[in-house]
Amino acid sequence: MNKREFLKGAILFFPAGGVLSALAREAAGKETPGKDGGARPETKKGYDPADHYYGMGIEVDRCIGCNRCAVACKAENDVPDEPFYFRTWVERYTITRDGNVTVENISVGPRKEATQDAREVVRTFFVPKLCNHCANPPCVQVCPVKATFTTQDGAVIVDRERCIGCRYCIQACPYGARYLHPKTKTADKCTFCYHRVVKGLQPACVEVCPTQARIFGDLKSKASRLVRFARMNKIHVLKPSLNTEPKVYYAQLDGEVR
Amino acid sequence: MTPHAADGLGELLEQITGFIFPNEIEIHWSLLIVVYPYVTGLVAGAFILASLVKVFNIKEVQPTYRLSLLTALAFLLVAPLPLLLHLSQPLRFYEILLTPNPASAMAMFGFVYAWYLMGVLLLEIWFEYRQDLITLAQTARSSLRWVYRVLSLFSRDVSGEALAFDRQAIQAITIIGIPSAFLLHGYVGFIFGSVKANPWWGSVLMPIVFLMSAIVSGIALVILLYMVLTALRRKPIDMACLDKITSYLFYAVIVDFSLEALDFVHRLYQSEESVKILGKLITHKLFMSLFVIQILLGMLIPLGILVLAKVRRFNDDLRKLLYFTAVILIQLGIFATRWNVVIGGQLFSKSFRGLMTYKLEMMGIEGLLTALLVLALPFVILAVLIRLLPTERLADRAPTAG
Repeated sequence: MNKREFLKGAILFFPAGGVLSALAREAAGKETPGKDGGARPETKKGYDPADHYYGMGIEVDRCIGCNRCAVACKAENDVPDEPFYFRTWVERYTITRDGNVTVENISVGPRKEATQDAREVVRTFFVPKLCNHCANPPCVQVCPVKATFTTQDGAVIVDRERCIGCRYCIQACPYGARYLHPKTKTADKCTFCYHRVVKGLQPACVEVCPTQARIFGDLKSKASRLVRFARMNKIHVLKPSLNTEPKVYYAQLDGEVR
Repeated sequence: MTPHAADGLGELLEQITGFIFPNEIEIHWSLLIVVYPYVTGLVAGAFILASLVKVFNIKEVQPTYRLSLLTALAFLLVAPLPLLLHLSQPLRFYEILLTPNPASAMAMFGFVYAWYLMGVLLLEIWFEYRQDLITLAQTARSSLRWVYRVLSLFSRDVSGEALAFDRQAIQAITIIGIPSAFLLHGYVGFIFGSVKANPWWGSVLMPIVFLMSAIVSGIALVILLYMVLTALRRKPIDMACLDKITSYLFYAVIVDFSLEALDFVHRLYQSEESVKILGKLITHKLFMSLFVIQILLGMLIPLGILVLAKVRRFNDDLRKLLYFTAVILIQLGIFATRWNVVIGGQLFSKSFRGLMTYKLEMMGIEGLLTALLVLALPFVILAVLIRLLPTERLADRAPTAG
C-alpha cells in the first residue's frame, strides 16, 4: 500500500466508521449518548427514565403480514398460546369495489386463503395493533388500586403483584389491548417490552420485523428514528375522538381502521 | 384458568360474527356483575320507599316502613359479595380500601358502601328500633335477651325526651339518606356510564336510568315481600297501603320508561359511529332480553296491569292478584335491564365490526348456581332480621307478643 492509497482509504474509513457507529447506536435503541457516554447498550443501572419518553411508529404500507411480531411477542413475554390472548396482533383489511370491508386477524393461526376475485379488491393492507401506551390512558384512570400505571418514560404497564383482577381496565381500553392472563389471573398487556427497553434494546416485535414497519423510539430525543418518522410522514392515531392521546403513530393509515 | 376454561373460550371463537379484536372473546363481567347492580338497586329503591314515610309523611305507606328498611339492609349486606367473588384475585380486595386510586370510579365503592351502611342505614334502623329493642331485652326469651341488649347498644332510656330524640334523628338521617341512596346507585350507574370506550355504556343518562330503575325494582320488591309476609302471617293486607305504593310504582315505571326511551331515541337520532353495531346488538343478541323481557314483559304489560287496576274498580282480591303479577314481572324486567347493560355492553367488538357470544356457566364461581345463591342469601338474611326485629312497632300490636 502506498501513501496515496492509505490516505484514500483513511478518508473513506473514518467518516464511514462514524456513520456506522451512529447507525449501531440507533439500532441499539439509544439515540443520545447516555450517562455512561458509550455506544454500548445501556444497562438498567445507568438508566434514568426521566431522560426518555417512548412511542412507536407503524408504517402500514411496509407491513407484509408475516406475523413474526406477534409470534416474537408471545415468546418474549410469556403470552399464552391460545388465539385469544395477544399483546400485539396483525389485522388484514380487504376493501372491495362495492365498499365492503373484510377484516381478519391473521395472528389467530392458519386461515384459509381469501378466495376473493382480485379484480374486485380496491385495496388491501395489514395493520399491526398493540397497546397504544396512551398519554391519557383510560385504563390507568379506572384501575381502583393503581396496579396499572404510566412509567416516567411513557410505558403503560401492570403490576401483577397489585392487580386485583376486577377487569375494569379491560373494559375501559378502547383498543382491546388487554386481557386477563389465565395463569397470573391479573390484567396483562403490551409493555413496549419495558424489560428490554431499559437495557437499551428494542421491543421484540420491532427487533424481528423484517421490513421495519415498526419503529420504536424516544420522543424526547431529536435524533430518534421515531421523531424522524413523525416528521417524514403524515401520521394518525387510532380513535383520536376519544382523546386518549395514543403514542403509537400510524403512517398511511386507512380510515377503515379503528 | 384451567385448560377446560380455555376450551370454553375456544368454543366461543366459532360463534363470533364479523371481526372482533382477539382479546375480546372472553366476556369479562359475567352474571355476578349483573347481580351486583340489581342488588344495590333493590337497596336504594327499598330505602327510598321507606323515606317516603318519614320525609314526605305519607301515612298510608307506614306498614311497609320497617320492612323496607330491613330489606334494604339485607340486600346491602350481600351487595359486595358478587363483586368479591368476581375478582380474579379476591384475596387482594383490601387493596381497594387501603390504597384506592382517587381517579377510579370503582375505588370509591368502599367509601360509598361504608357511608351508606354505617352512616345511614344501620343508624336509621337503630334509632327506629331502639325503643323496641329495650322492650324486647326485657320480654324476649332469656336466650335472646342478651342479643337484644347488645343490639340496643345497652341503651335503656325510654323517656319521652329520648324517644323524641329518636324521631328527630330518624328524620335527619332520612333526609341525608335520600341523597345517599341516590349516590349509592347513581354511582353504580356512573361506573358503567363513564366508560367512554364503550358506546353502549358511555352515556350521561346512565346513573339516572340506573337510579330510576332501582326505585322501580326496590318498590316492587317491598310490595312483593309485604304481600307474601302478610299471607304467611295470615293477616289482612292493608289495601290503602298497597294501592298507594303501587301508584308510586306506577309513576316510577313511567319515569324509568321515559328515560330509557329518551336514551334510545337520542342514540338513534344522533346516529354516531357505533349506531350500526348497536343496532345489530339489540336485534341479534338482545332481542329476547331487551324487547321481550325488559320492555314488553317488564314494563308495558305491568304498566297495563297497573292502569287496569287503577281505572277499573276491581275488588280487593283481583287487585291483589294484578299487583302481584305486576311486581313479579317488574322484577324480571329490571333484572333483564341489568343483564342488557352489563352483558349487552360486552357482546359487540370495540372495532364496531362484530358480535361476541356470552355462554352462561352453570357451575363454577361465576356460574348460574353462585348467582342464584347470592340472590337467595338476602332473603335468608331478611328472614333472620324479621325474626329478630318485628316489622310492626310493638306499641302498635294489640296484645304484646314475646
